[in-house]
Order: sequence, then structure tokens, then C-alpha cells
Amino acid sequence: MIEQFDAIVVGAGMSGNAAAYTLASQGLKVLQLERGEYPGSKNVQGAIMYANMLEKIIPDFRDDAPLERHLVEQRLWVMDDTSHTGIHYRSDDFNEAKPNRYTIIRAQFDKWFSRKVREAGATVLCETTATELVRDGNGKVIGVRTDRAGGVVFANVVVLAEGVSGLLGTRAGLREMPKPETVAIAVKEMHFLPEEVIGQRFGVKGDEGCVIEAVGTISRSMAGLGFLYTNKESISLGIGCLVSDFAATMESPSALLDAMKNHPSIRPLIAGSEVKEYAAHLIPEGGYRAIPQLFGDGWVIVGDAAQLNNAIHREGSNLAMTSGRVAAEAIIKVKSRNGPMTKANLALYKTMLDDSFVIKDLKKYKDMPALLHTNSSNFFDSYPRLMSHAAQTFMRVDGTPKIEKEKNTTAAFINARSRWGLVSDAVRLALAWR
Amino acid sequence: MHIVVCIKQVPDSAQIRVHPVTNTIMRQGVPTIINPYDLFALEEALKLRDVHGGEVTVLTMGPPMAEDSLRKALGYGADRAVLLTDRYFAGSDTLATSFALSQAIAKIGETFGRPDIVFTGKQTIDGDTAQVGPGIAKRLDLSQLTYVAKIASIDLDTREIEVARRAEGGTQLLKSRLPCLITMLEDTNEIRRGSLQQALCAARSQVVKWTAADAGIDDLTRCGLRGSPTVVKRVFAPTARAERAAQIDTAERGLQDIADELIADILTRRPALEHELAFNSGT
Amino acid sequence: MSTASQTTPRIAPGRAGVKKELPDRFKDYRHVWVFLELERGNVHPVSFELLGEGRKLADKLEVQLAGVVLGPPGEMVEDAVAEAFAYGADLVYIVDAPPLADYRNEPFAKALTDLVNTHKPEILLLGATTLGRDLAGSVATTLQTGLTADCTELDVDSDGSLAATRPTFGGSLLCTIYTLNYRPQMATVRPRVMPMPQRVDKPVGRVMRHKLSLVEDDIVTKVLGFLPDNQSAMANLAYADVVVAGGLGLGAAENLQLVKNLARAIGAEHGCSRPLVQKGWMPADRQIGQTGKTIRPKLYIAAGISGAIQHRVGVEGADLIVAINTDPNAPIFEFAHLGIVTDAIRFLPALTEAFTRRLSPHSRDKLAS
Repeated sequence: MIEQFDAIVVGAGMSGNAAAYTLASQGLKVLQLERGEYPGSKNVQGAIMYANMLEKIIPDFRDDAPLERHLVEQRLWVMDDTSHTGIHYRSDDFNEAKPNRYTIIRAQFDKWFSRKVREAGATVLCETTATELVRDGNGKVIGVRTDRAGGVVFANVVVLAEGVSGLLGTRAGLREMPKPETVAIAVKEMHFLPEEVIGQRFGVKGDEGCVIEAVGTISRSMAGLGFLYTNKESISLGIGCLVSDFAATMESPSALLDAMKNHPSIRPLIAGSEVKEYAAHLIPEGGYRAIPQLFGDGWVIVGDAAQLNNAIHREGSNLAMTSGRVAAEAIIKVKSRNGPMTKANLALYKTMLDDSFVIKDLKKYKDMPALLHTNSSNFFDSYPRLMSHAAQTFMRVDGTPKIEKEKNTTAAFINARSRWGLVSDAVRLALAWR
Repeated sequence: MHIVVCIKQVPDSAQIRVHPVTNTIMRQGVPTIINPYDLFALEEALKLRDVHGGEVTVLTMGPPMAEDSLRKALGYGADRAVLLTDRYFAGSDTLATSFALSQAIAKIGETFGRPDIVFTGKQTIDGDTAQVGPGIAKRLDLSQLTYVAKIASIDLDTREIEVARRAEGGTQLLKSRLPCLITMLEDTNEIRRGSLQQALCAARSQVVKWTAADAGIDDLTRCGLRGSPTVVKRVFAPTARAERAAQIDTAERGLQDIADELIADILTRRPALEHELAFNSGT
Repeated sequence: MSTASQTTPRIAPGRAGVKKELPDRFKDYRHVWVFLELERGNVHPVSFELLGEGRKLADKLEVQLAGVVLGPPGEMVEDAVAEAFAYGADLVYIVDAPPLADYRNEPFAKALTDLVNTHKPEILLLGATTLGRDLAGSVATTLQTGLTADCTELDVDSDGSLAATRPTFGGSLLCTIYTLNYRPQMATVRPRVMPMPQRVDKPVGRVMRHKLSLVEDDIVTKVLGFLPDNQSAMANLAYADVVVAGGLGLGAAENLQLVKNLARAIGAEHGCSRPLVQKGWMPADRQIGQTGKTIRPKLYIAAGISGAIQHRVGVEGADLIVAINTDPNAPIFEFAHLGIVTDAIRFLPALTEAFTRRLSPHSRDKLAS
């Protein structure tokens, strides 16, 4: 028996679930394939979820989604070997009826999202890997082959939501294998602690949560970022750097994470915790310039597979969800006009995505990845050290006149990077941010 | 033939965490799996169905979330899934569990045809009691065949079954009669992978959900906490031994040195071992 | 915000306060019973271990300790009765009938259930063997009483209740379980968990003989044959004097050879921790711990085993525990006697060599003599 679906969604992560839910809730006959044992089984870690983007898909998600804590405080740390200089922003305004950002544990969240997808009417198959796209004589994608016996299924359109390392799109030549300099590898751990201990250590109560993001010597001169999210009774802790940097420096991701855990600013926060679940995860970091062709005859690409990730603001899941939703809405529009799922018609997806924050944000920072990458030793090593030195000089009361302290600090910066270098970095950073 | 397979959704034991202060289990983020021992029972049931025809019904008692495990069992090729779920079942010990399950199996018999065989796994990985299978057999008056390593033959006409059963010190060859209850030994088969059609079927089929009343259970005093004669009075972590292990220094020394010191230390503490070890290795 | 993922274990907080209100029909249940398991002519050693434990409970309760022997009429049962007295029983109940020649659930469950209903023990202990578990589960169901499996500790409370302690939640914690309002209080204990008591020759005491209220024709299940295990192939792990075991710290399946090499060099049995069986690196009958074999060797060497509670309860009875692990904070160092913080993969060959060097002359002597 040959089954024909309106759409096949490959992958059950954020983008795949957003697409499948949107399609199914509009009455399309949807098949979703997930290679993991269950949705989220490949994604055991903690993450941040942005309410606004999920609300556009499931308005009342707060009723039953497994949310950990809503964020009331964000800390940005610049670290050297023994210190951190921080900007903390905390506001009681974040304690609102419908909070804006939540920490989640993906394994649970994805399971919930998948249940919603099923309830919306989609058929979800787990432990089923899509191995190949099936095309007709004209090259239009008309279905996928799976790794199960008797495993070909057909659809008018295939939504590739297979993640950054998915092989379906690259095998079919729809997109290139991501380059080492456009993909970061993040290693993460879950540190379990009693709820009340987390409350005490981070000064939060109830469901309030706190996020720390850290740059500096913890990434050993590579372009990278450390992060710490508070969940209900665990802490997600991790660090990510570009794959190409790891290759060049011969550093090991797990050694980096170990060093970060032993940093005097981090160690007390996780002391006494029980560590479970070490995992590595690939994150697309290429930004705007790495986005592949997003649509073709009978197919669209969404989420991480399309490099849709804002590395600067550490936003991935909201871009993924939004691209999945937008792709689904485009498909629904084409279908409602009785149009075939041709490349020309599916271009609507790109048009709609260009008009959303997804592409606009990525465009804004299009030069940022290259800048941080080429200049990583300054941004991630020299400057953090100088900043820490400056702060300490300023804090330490030792009888040195303040004017002299300022002079010393300025001199230290100039010695390390030359006046021209500093100005140039500042200008380039400003340009890239603009 | 009609076969009922009882399965249980259990936390993946490798991931269980204990709250250091309250000594309660922190289930958050702990993935659940089908009790691995149950998969041997399920595969055996599917194999029998393939040979003799008929249907395989999987049954579990648990929270609504246990539906995930049933759905998975359908994906392996089971024909029907029944979830027995009700707050009255909370806190069941093995006696109350076998009561509820046997009532449900009786109801399954009335609704979908009387089962010829009821399968369970050898034991669960979270309770490890191995009591529920025998409990069901007793209540439903089924021939009880535990620790079955192999089903040698089944004759549906004479209703005879021959099995190899793991016993102390050997294997028992038994002949018995249907209907029977079999608890399947581990490593006796390997769970199959369903075809795409089976997987699609499983994803679409509905899990039958029964409350206590749906399963025909009138006597709620025999369910859950009230129906459980055992009472857990205390949960605790074991006390540490007064002294930790005496450590043999390993800094800047050759492995042979350390090994020699270890052996000397062992023999100082237990002089009789020298004789023991020498004797052993010589025979 | 959802809290669906947060659940407490299946012990309602209110249960600890459950009061003992033993119904009148159970008030005359007295004495401690131990079921003696006959294994092809011999009493399974676990039965003696239970008699030792049952003796302590009976003394505390100031009641009698009775052995229960079920078997075919003849020498086998009589020998078992003698052994029961030698290991501390005050009296023995016998049901001897031809259908009890080989173990089958129906006649054994019937015989034991009838005995309990007639003589009303307050405590009934069985070995947690394939036989004991098969039997205990159906007897407890018929009697509608509580059964606590795989206990690691048995004690009597101040009010005379049996306090049965066992690992719980996959062996990550211990729990103490009571059967407050039902009798008998039943428990099973795995072989080697309790120490073997001293055997003291004693005259045969009071014996109560009962008939089996079943005949062979009533019994559905028939025994067609019995294939004894090949002794050389079957691990005799539980009763070995020296055991070497490997854990996840060995890193790869092929490194288990290092454990086997050491075991061979010193004439030990080899085993492993649970994760290795789950990974398929070793067969299940080599697993040491709560769900595998409990061992009480004179020397136990654990290589690359972290020492989770479920493993701990399986090895704590060893006279001397040596732990080799790279992690100085591994829990195994909390119950081992001797510890070495080093990589077992590198250390095991050195230890094997050192043992071989030291022991071979003695071995030669032994062989010569």
C-alpha cells in the first residue's frame, strides 16, 4: 500500500514540531519522522525557550508545557582565570502573568510538543530515519525512503527539519555539509541540585530563574561562550566553540568544560551537585552568510538545518520554531490556492521569512561571525584579562592615586593591543553590531 | 490464539537520582523505558502469533504517561494496547498490582477473547520482585511457568505446551496446559523492528484506556495503598562504613611496585589467603 | 507552570504513620518458619543461611524456629530434616509425597499454603532462588499477605513486627518494609546475603508430618526431564572464595580479558557490574550485585567499578574488598578495605604478573604433593 501525505516533516525538534503542528492543525495530512527513540531523546539538555514565538504556534502552551523556570535575571560575565566582571540585569517586571523567557529541559519539552503535534492530527513515527529523498522524473521531491522494511512514503512536500548534521539534505545536494567554521560544538552537563539549594545560590524563589552567559579565557582564545541555566532542580552548564577552532587549537571540548566547572566563579554554584548526562551538540553559527537555498521543487529547509541561529544573542529555538511555522504557513497558502508545491510557489516561504525577525536579525549581524572568529584571541583572551585587571586595580585600595590607576589601566590596554588595534576592534565591532 | 503481554513503564535505572536531603527519588528529567525484561516476553508473544495466528494484546497499569510504552509496543507489532489507569491504583504493592492486572486480563478476555497465554517479564528493573507474574497466575488459575528459556512446542488442539524452564542447577523440561502464564527469561530472543506499515498502524491506533470501573473492578479496597499489605516505613541511604578504604600510594611509582605492595597488604590482612590463592591456582 | 514531571516515589507520606491493628484472626499466628529448598537431593545452602537468620528472629520474639521440608518420601527428606536441626531449627514440618519429587508450582504451593493455614506462623522466610521466588509469589497471593523480596536485612521491631530491609529504586536506596495487618509476614532473601551459620550436630527433634492434599492426577504440569548445568561452563560465582570483577571503568569489552587473566592466575571466579551486562559485554550469570549474584568471598577485587548501592549490597559480605578506580571519590572506596586510585586497564596486567611471580612456587609445591 502506498501512502500519500500532504507533507512529510523530517525531524521532531523545535522547527520540525512547529512545522508539523501548524500543518496538521490546519487539516493537512502530515507524517513526521524522527530517528530518535522519542522526540527529544537525542536532545537531553537544558535550553532557553522564548514564549512569544511559541505563543504564535500554541497560544495556551503555558497550561501544560513542561517549563522549568521563567527568567528574571540575566548575567553577562567576562572572565579571566580567577575573576569575572559582570553585568547583571534583574527585574521584577519579568514576574509577569505571561513571562517572556523560560528555561526548559528539551527531552521533556520536545515530548510535550510532540504530543501536541499528535493531538493536532499528525502521524508521528519515532525510531524511523529518513534515508533518502525520492524524486520524480523531473527532479521534484515526491517522498522519502526510510530505514524500515517497506519504507517509502510519498508527499506533496517534504519539510527538512533534520538539524545541522542531518544527512538527507546534504546527501540530496540541497545544501552543503556545514563547514567547520560555521558550526560550533557545545558540550553540556546537567548538574542536579535540590530546588531549595538552587533558590539560595541564585537568589531566586518559586519558578524564578537565572541565566549566566560567560565569555573570556574559559574558551582559551577561541570564539566561544559558556552558559549556565537554572532549571527547577538542576543546572544546565556548558560551553561551545567553533569546530574549526577546536581543530586548530587541539583543545578538547570536555577539558574546556572541566576547566570552566573549576573556575572559582562557577565552582561554588554547582558544588555538591550530582552530574548526569554529558552531551555534545552541534550549533550552526555561520549566520546570514551560511544560509543555504531554503526551498525547491517539493521541499523546504527549516531550523538548524538551514543555519537559522542567532549566535550573537544565543537564540536558536525561536528562530527554529518561527522558520518551521512560517514554512508551514507558506505551504498552507500554496495549498489553499490549489497550487502545486513547486519551487516557484514555495518561494513564498523565503519571502515570508525575509520579512520576519529571523532573517532581519541574522542580516544585522552578518559580519559578526567572521569578526569574532578572526580576532578571537583579542576578544576572548586579551580583553577579558585587561578588563579584569582594570577592575581589580580599581577595586584594590593600596594607596595608589586614582589618576595613576587610570593611567596604568589605559597603558595596559595599549600595550596589549596598540592604540590603533583597539580603535580598529571597536570600530569593527560597532559596524558588525549596527 | 490470543496472547496478553503485561509490560511496565519504568524509569531508566541508570538515570535515577536521589534527593540528598529528603531521600526521595527525583524523577525529573529521568527518561522512562519499557522494562527491558518485558521485551523478551513481547517478542516471544509476537513470534507465537506469527506461527499460530491470532492477536497480541499488551497491557500495562500506570499513570497516563505509560501510554508511551504501549504505543512503542504497538510499533513492535502488538495488535492492541490496554492502559489501566486510575488514581485508585496509586501506591499498589505487588499483591494489589497482580489483583488489578488479573481483573483487567479477565475483562480483556470477555471483551476481546479469552487469552491462551499471559506473558510477563522475569521481573522489573525498578522493583526486582518477580512477584506479579506468579500473582496473576494464581488469581486467574493459570498454569504457572516462570523463568522460561524456551517454548519447545504448543499444540492448540490438545492445549498442551512444552517449555524449558531455568531452575536451580539446571533446566527443567515441563509439559503443561493452556491457558498458562509464562515469565520469560532474559536473552532468549531479540525484539524485532516493525515494518513501516506496522509503525504507521501503531502511530494511528488508539490505546484502550480503562479505569478501575471499566476493568470491572468493584472492590476498590483491594487496589492501591488500601489493597497493599506491605507498608514502606522508611527509605534511607546506607550508612557509610566508619573508615574509608586504606589507600595505597600510587604517586611516582612503578605499577609493579604498587602491585607488590598491594599483594603484601592483602596477605598481611588475610594471611590465610596465601594458601588459598596458591591452592586455587594450582588446581 | 507545569509540575507534572515532579513526582514523589510511591510511598505516600501518610503511610509511615499506619498503625498496627492486627485483626483477631491473625492473633494466634506465632513462630518463625524457614522453607528448606531441596535441590536435586541436597538442601540449597540459602536455606541454612535463612535458618541462621530465622534463629535470631525467633530468639528475639521468644518463639520457636521451624523448618519446612517438602519432598518425596525417603532419605532425601530425612537428611534435610537432620540438617534443619543441625542449623538451629526447634521443630520441622514435613510434607512428603511422590508429587513433590521435582519442583512444580502447583503441589508445592498447595502443600506450603495448607501448612501455613493449619499451623499459622507469623514469619515465613524463603530463599530468593528461581524456586523460592516462584513459590513465594503464589503462596503470598493465595494467603493474601505481604511478601518482601530480596531482603538484605531482617529484624524484629519493638512491637514484634518483621522489619524487612531491601534495596529499592533500582538499588539506589534502601527501604524498610512491614506487613503490619496480615500474617504470615513473608520475605525472601537471596543466596549469600546472610552469613552461613555454624553447623552443630544435634539429635532430630520434634517432627510434624503432613499429607499432601493433591494427587498426581490433579496436577496439570508434568516434568519431562532435567538437564543439569554443565559445571565447568556454569559460573559458580556465588560460592567462590576469590572473585575478580570489572566495571565500566574498563572502557571496552575487550579489556574484560584483563579481569579474566587475573582471575585465572589466582584461581578466582570472574564477574562484572550491572552496566556491563546491559551493554552485552558479559552474560547475565556473571553479574554481581542486587539483581545478579550476591557473593561472600574471602577476597574480592573490583576493577573499574564505581560501587553503586545495588552493587554494594551484592559484595558487602566479602572478607576483604580491594577497589581499583581512577576516581578517588568513587563510592566504592566507602566500603572497600583497600583502595588504589589508578587506571585498572594499566594496573591489572601488573597485578596479574605480581601475583603470578609470588604464587607460582607455592602452586608448584601443591601440584607436586
